[in-house]
Amino acid sequence: MGEITPEDLERLCWLSRLRLSQEEKEEFLGQLNKILDYFRRIEEVDVEHVPPTYHVVDLTNVLREDEVEEPRPDEVLELAPRRKGRYILAPRII
Amino acid sequence: MGGEAGEERIKIGLEIHCQLTNLRTKLFCGCPADYRGSPPNTHICPICMGLPGTLPSPNKRAIEDGVAVAIALNSEISRRMTFFRKNYFYPDLPKNFQISQYDGGGGVPLARGGYLDIEGGKRIRIRRIQIEEDPAKLVHEGTIGDSAATLVDNNRAGVALLEIVTEPDIEDPREARAFLEKLRGILECLGVSNGELEGAMRCDANISIGGGTRVEIKNISSFKEVERALAFEITRQRQLLARGIGVRRETRHWDEVRRITVSLRAKEEEEDYRYFPEPDIVPIEISEDFIESVRRRMPELPDQRKERYMREFGLQEHNAELISSNNALWRLFEECVKMGGDPIEVSNWLVGDLISFTRELGMELTDPRVSPRKIVELVNLIRSGAISTKIAKDVLMESLRGDESPEEIVRRRGLLKISDESLLRGIVEEVFRENEGAVKEALRDEDVVNFLIGQVMRKTRGKADPKLTYELVKRNLERIAHGEGPSA
Repeated sequence: MGEITPEDLERLCWLSRLRLSQEEKEEFLGQLNKILDYFRRIEEVDVEHVPPTYHVVDLTNVLREDEVEEPRPDEVLELAPRRKGRYILAPRII
Repeated sequence: MGGEAGEERIKIGLEIHCQLTNLRTKLFCGCPADYRGSPPNTHICPICMGLPGTLPSPNKRAIEDGVAVAIALNSEISRRMTFFRKNYFYPDLPKNFQISQYDGGGGVPLARGGYLDIEGGKRIRIRRIQIEEDPAKLVHEGTIGDSAATLVDNNRAGVALLEIVTEPDIEDPREARAFLEKLRGILECLGVSNGELEGAMRCDANISIGGGTRVEIKNISSFKEVERALAFEITRQRQLLARGIGVRRETRHWDEVRRITVSLRAKEEEEDYRYFPEPDIVPIEISEDFIESVRRRMPELPDQRKERYMREFGLQEHNAELISSNNALWRLFEECVKMGGDPIEVSNWLVGDLISFTRELGMELTDPRVSPRKIVELVNLIRSGAISTKIAKDVLMESLRGDESPEEIVRRRGLLKISDESLLRGIVEEVFRENEGAVKEALRDEDVVNFLIGQVMRKTRGKADPKLTYELVKRNLERIAHGEGPSA
């Protein structure tokens, strides 16, 4: 993998719905490439016989029984910035 | 099935999403899962709304449901599965990501592989089965053109879904429908998903013709619509190919009202969902014991039932297949057999007239007026020779319409078959007197014999015993041929 280019950054911004100023773009481009270099160094380690880690805690099967907990929806609903009745308003998407 | 020679091969793959409607709660939180009919945003909590600092935890019963489906579809269940985040921005995702599973990047879905055999023995392979959460429901205010905002109801957000993906083994729209109907039968039999609930089972389809570009069709709300959407898409792609225009790789939307597919977006590149392991959910190990305990609790599956019907009752494959794959039908069938109805006769009535009559009357097979007692009485009335098959059809139709049983209808309307020879002989003679010309012709022409029998049937309004009528007419004709008088 090569450098992160300004085009890559644009795409990343679009995917993450972030709008950056020109200064921020230049600043972050440098930082992102540093992060990439860091991972490149990690990649040098020989891990052929090490099983992959997908989770940092060594737990499995933290499950829940199928039992209803009465929701308190109004407390959550109040947090929505725009509402109409009990609906949450989002930008028009069609 | 493969089409005519020279015709390009059609390849269809399906992606089915079914809600696990037997669950009381959502996939990762304790909110009630049954959102239908509830006021908007009443089944929401900090977890399903993705508030910071909350911890989702998987519903154990959802895993059991998934394992049961995987067993039924002959899939290989993963011993250790993981959840992944699928990232995209759309108002139907409160968290801006969906907790799903991923078969790639080190992700392991619930199950891989498997198959389902549809009628005619064709095998449709399964690619994978995974568990994920349903997005929220969006409501568009006003008309599509002038709606200023989208209304979001999150009651559905986080409800457990099973995603079942097939290999592109399906070769025509009818097969797609047959597959879906069969799958629905299995899910309902296992009790994990009720396809009668609106939106509980949804389907996307991928289709390509002659190894060409693959087009995805979304928004197909029912299995009946799948067949229509695919048929339309095949015609559309063929017309493009015939005019030398290439099929574009795109996602199309099925417009149920206009019955056409509409381009939604071009698929120039794979969507970038930036999948990564869900850090809040630890891997789930599925042990052999767990799988066995699920297997032990599983009911008889449609295919097992079908084989038993053929073995135990000697049903034809076609009847056995139809009855065993429909929950209402097999329950009705078993009730009838338990009440002493002849299994083969009962099966013929169920798959034949009962299905078409109830459809005609707009009745469900689960309607209380469709009772096993009615079927058994009908079959017994025919067996004992009390009514003819033709009259039986009328009686069944009338019985389905109301509360009267077939025996009651036959008694009230005096429909018992006329098998009394002296009575019938009188009627035959009457017909002979009234149709002298036809009688002469009938001596040479067998078709006219049928005309005479028809006249007897008309006079008796279908009640004359057909076999006896035929014998009497023939006997009378023979006497005339030998120069004797019609009545001897």
